[in-house]
Amino acid sequence: MTTFQLFLIFIGMGLVTYLPRFIPLALFAKREVPAWFSEWLSFIPPALLAALLAPDLIVSKTAQGARFDFLNPKLFVAIPVFFIAAKTKSLGGTVISGMALYWLAQKLIESGFLG
Amino acid sequence: MDAEYQDKEKDFLKQGLVAAWPICMGYMPIGMALGVLAQKAGLSVFEMALMSVIVFAGSAQFICVSMLVSGAASIPIIITTFVVNLRHVLLSSSLAKHLDSMSLKGLALYAYGVTDESFGVNYTRFIEGGWSPKKALVVNHASNLCWILCTIAGAWFGELIPQGAFGIDYALIAMFIGLLIFQIRGLIYVASAVIAGLAASVMHLYTEGNMYVIVGAMTGATVCLALRRTAFFKRFEKAREEKP
Repeated sequence: MTTFQLFLIFIGMGLVTYLPRFIPLALFAKREVPAWFSEWLSFIPPALLAALLAPDLIVSKTAQGARFDFLNPKLFVAIPVFFIAAKTKSLGGTVISGMALYWLAQKLIESGFLG
Repeated sequence: MDAEYQDKEKDFLKQGLVAAWPICMGYMPIGMALGVLAQKAGLSVFEMALMSVIVFAGSAQFICVSMLVSGAASIPIIITTFVVNLRHVLLSSSLAKHLDSMSLKGLALYAYGVTDESFGVNYTRFIEGGWSPKKALVVNHASNLCWILCTIAGAWFGELIPQGAFGIDYALIAMFIGLLIFQIRGLIYVASAVIAGLAASVMHLYTEGNMYVIVGAMTGATVCLALRRTAFFKRFEKAREEKP
């Protein structure tokens, strides 16, 4: 892909990123949203993040097909990372710990320590 | 404008930067990881910079890079970006009432930097008091600048880092885990996440593409809205029954 093709993709991405941020600010800075809608929206952040995350952790997609997979290093590492996030409330700390633990898990698997 | 107010506003730049500091810390590994992945995907340092300047949206940028690797066309990438970033409607909607003193131009400038992280920091400070749109704007743009620099650094030094090094493959998952945990303010939010996660996983199992994200999220939110309404309705009914 050429730089210009990428530039066009980025412009498209930039627009669809900017408008959902700007339009509600312009609309609601001096107005209220209906109660049921703001309540529904309040459930969206955890739901969306879980919808992004869960398939990565419990679904395995290979050439052989798709299946649930509850025995994989990504899921195992996720358990302590959840606790670290809850305990530290630090995004940077969570990311660094997650990377370190995953790196360690891979080293352990490579070394045959886990069988 | 009284003297005291002017005094508080005088060092808005410093206060904004102090508030933005944790965000920059958090962005460092994520931005670097993105830069490395982008470099592995064949993007140049200039293309990485271009992307971060035009699209300031971490998770969408990660997804864009992974879609480029898997050979996706431009329209699916843009649609996925839209779907992934649609959640910012919520962030902007709830922030809006705190920015009512801003002009439309100011809001246009502000919107550029609305992210999960800047929202988290600014929203908390607005609720606590002593915060102003000017300081919030500093938070947004300081975070943005830091993000751009980190992604460029990642793309720059990425060549020196071998594939899968330092668990970089896990950076995005860990970021989502962190952001998810920060959203949990009660049992109903846990329910929203669990239902959405299961719905998305099942849909991902049987369908191609990325629509499972938005369908899963909307399922979780809708079920929880219904649950709360039902629970409230039941209690309401019970209270009515108990009345003579």
